[in-house]
Amino acid sequence: MLRLLARGSGHHGLTEIAASLGLARGTAHGILRTLQRVEFVEQDQATGRYRLGAALLHLGTSYLDANELRSRSINWADTLAARSGQEVRIGMHHDGAVLVVHHVFRPDDSVQTLGIGAMLPLHATALGKVLLAYDPDLSAAARRRELTSLTRRTITRAQMLERVLTEVRAQGWAGEAEEYMPGEASIAAPIRIPGGLVVGAIGISGAADRLCDSAGRPRQTLVRQVVQAADSVTTSLVDEN
Amino acid sequence: MQRFVMAIDQGTTSTRCIVFDQNARLVAVAQREHRQYHPRPGWVEQDAVEIWRNVDRIVPQALRQAGIGAEQVVAMGITNQRETFVLWDRHTGVPVGRAIVWEDIRTEELVASLGKQPGIEEVRDRCGLPLATYFSAPSLRWMLDNTAGLRARAERGDVLFGTMDTWLIWNLTGGVNGGLHVTDVTNASRTMLMNLSTRQWDPMLLEFFGVPSVVLPEIRPSTEISGVTTRVVPGISITAALGDQHAALFGQTCFEKGSIKGTYGTGGFLLMNTGDELVRSKHGLLTTIGYQIGGEPAYALEGSIAVAGSLVQWFRDNLGLIHSAPEIETLARTVKDNGGCYIVPAFSGLFAPHWLAQARGLVVGLTSYINKGHLARAVLEATGWQTREVVDAMNADLGAPTPVLKVDGGMTADHLLMQFIADVLDIPVQRPLVAETVSLGAAYAAGLAAGYWPDLEGLRRNWHLAARWNPVMDAKYREAEYANWKRAVELTFAWARSSPST
Ligand SMILES: Nc1ncnc2c1ncn2[C@@H]1O[C@H](COP(=O)(O)OP(=O)(O)O)[C@@H](O)[C@H]1O
Ligand SMILES: [Mg+2]
Repeated sequence: MLRLLARGSGHHGLTEIAASLGLARGTAHGILRTLQRVEFVEQDQATGRYRLGAALLHLGTSYLDANELRSRSINWADTLAARSGQEVRIGMHHDGAVLVVHHVFRPDDSVQTLGIGAMLPLHATALGKVLLAYDPDLSAAARRRELTSLTRRTITRAQMLERVLTEVRAQGWAGEAEEYMPGEASIAAPIRIPGGLVVGAIGISGAADRLCDSAGRPRQTLVRQVVQAADSVTTSLVDEN
Repeated sequence: MQRFVMAIDQGTTSTRCIVFDQNARLVAVAQREHRQYHPRPGWVEQDAVEIWRNVDRIVPQALRQAGIGAEQVVAMGITNQRETFVLWDRHTGVPVGRAIVWEDIRTEELVASLGKQPGIEEVRDRCGLPLATYFSAPSLRWMLDNTAGLRARAERGDVLFGTMDTWLIWNLTGGVNGGLHVTDVTNASRTMLMNLSTRQWDPMLLEFFGVPSVVLPEIRPSTEISGVTTRVVPGISITAALGDQHAALFGQTCFEKGSIKGTYGTGGFLLMNTGDELVRSKHGLLTTIGYQIGGEPAYALEGSIAVAGSLVQWFRDNLGLIHSAPEIETLARTVKDNGGCYIVPAFSGLFAPHWLAQARGLVVGLTSYINKGHLARAVLEATGWQTREVVDAMNADLGAPTPVLKVDGGMTADHLLMQFIADVLDIPVQRPLVAETVSLGAAYAAGLAAGYWPDLEGLRRNWHLAARWNPVMDAKYREAEYANWKRAVELTFAWARSSPST
């Protein structure tokens, strides 16, 4: 279908597409809807005809501009900080680490330093674990490298990391307690672009005794807030595209 | 049953509907952009019906997203791009032409000739504004003069005038079936038709601009709107309205005299609360109403920058060098400095502190070294330097330096720009936890009016710091760059003088 749209006038009606490819109208329509959702195909508002979408041009380069992600997620990052009472970061993968693309202070008006542009370790932060969990290439590369020990709780064994990442995928969020810094913990969840690809992670971090219960597990209310924020950002990426 | 407050922010580029809870946390947001029409050079129009339809879509959408019903909305506050207005037929609700936007400069010649009329000093004294294409009255006069039969229809009382708050409230409260024709004092203060001291339409100003009073809405305090929606989502109380910049001042809880905020959207607007004092600027700032909650208004000094985010928009839409506004930062970061290139975006002439209608934009310092990264930097830096000029004017008027700038608006997501503003002002820049401060301010006003929030003190406690940029630029470098900027601005003056229309 994409090859057909790439040919000739580049503008095709549904009937024509279905006929050319020998598909039932309904089938062709379903495929077009899917391609439209991931922006491989666009529909002309006025004529209803289909053409190749802008996302195809960027295929294989960058999926979402980091500054655009900050702009799109700023409201939900603010809301997450307000609800959780913790500082919020949004991270994307860059060069074998988590690049902090957005940072919201803990809303207690204490003196804090803006951490946009900082790099965090992938294997020792909740943001990083989310990015690893949904990117097979990245996690394979991480397993081949030495996992640096930052505290006595940092995961340093590849096998252990793999188990944790499987768990992250199963539950849809990641946690970490004192694996990056003593006394600190973090919780994060994935941000997806239309089509489901994970492009970033949003999470909170703060004192371990605030973020975790007495058994050292992330508090469920906070987990829910983080997942909700991630879902809201994901939805807003669909809406406005 | 949990209860919420709703704000509609009818901005220059888009319209938003936002639901807040009692802790001033954003619960839902729905947004739609509307079209900008540029039928001739310098003309900027919007379709008021399209904007109304957008409201019709986003309000139910926000309620759905929040998972709440209309009965859970205690109050609605309306906030809007200022000065932009539309005229419509009171019997059919159909607009007379498109809305004329505040950026439109079609009245350049009209303004020049009105400026030579007797009584012009008196005009400035009464309304607090310099005569400029920016404000509604000259454009309204232009419409009355240039639309066949319109003046007669207007004088017969068949036509209504409204800034966007008025247009939306009239439609929401019933339209042709008894819609309320009201505006708030902050919006009225931007028309050039309202007397700042009486806060009513001023007969002398109406006479000066040749505007029949029957077209005008009733002016009310910001928190005394008292309408109920009968359309879109019926049964919601509209309790407040105020211009977007005034809402931002309120949302930033700039309640004390001397506190300043800067909002960076299509344009950039710095407002300083001057309390009960009506300060007349000696350095090119405007006197305006900050807000009026109940009996007495808080006045404000304003430095308006016509082009801030719209330059980014222009870079995206007219030059096509980026796909989305935030990519300007990505592009700007491909180079380490502006490479000697400056852009003065005098698209609508220059506003504060120059007020030079004839100025036009320019790009200077081009060499074969300059690439699109340098241009992207110059785009962002233009907003920084324009801010510096306005803050210098405020400091000069006040005789004291501004200690910190509280910011909000779409451009505050731009990390490079916020750092640059801190650098060129040499003071910290602070962003509050709710970036949608304009909406929050409207929600605050509406919630106060409805008794949802008890007092200003309670609101102040909701303000939390979300980000802070500290200045790091070397002082010598800063002053050298500022000198370059000023030279670039002077070149636009020279261009203005040499243009045939002056
Ligand atoms: N990351 C960014 N960097 C620079 N400019 C931006 C960024 N995000 C949005 N903008 C600009 O901000 C403006 C939108 O902000 P907004 O506050 O919604 O404006 P308005 O209320 O005037 O409609 C647009 O002009 C857009 O170009
Ligand atoms: Mg706005």
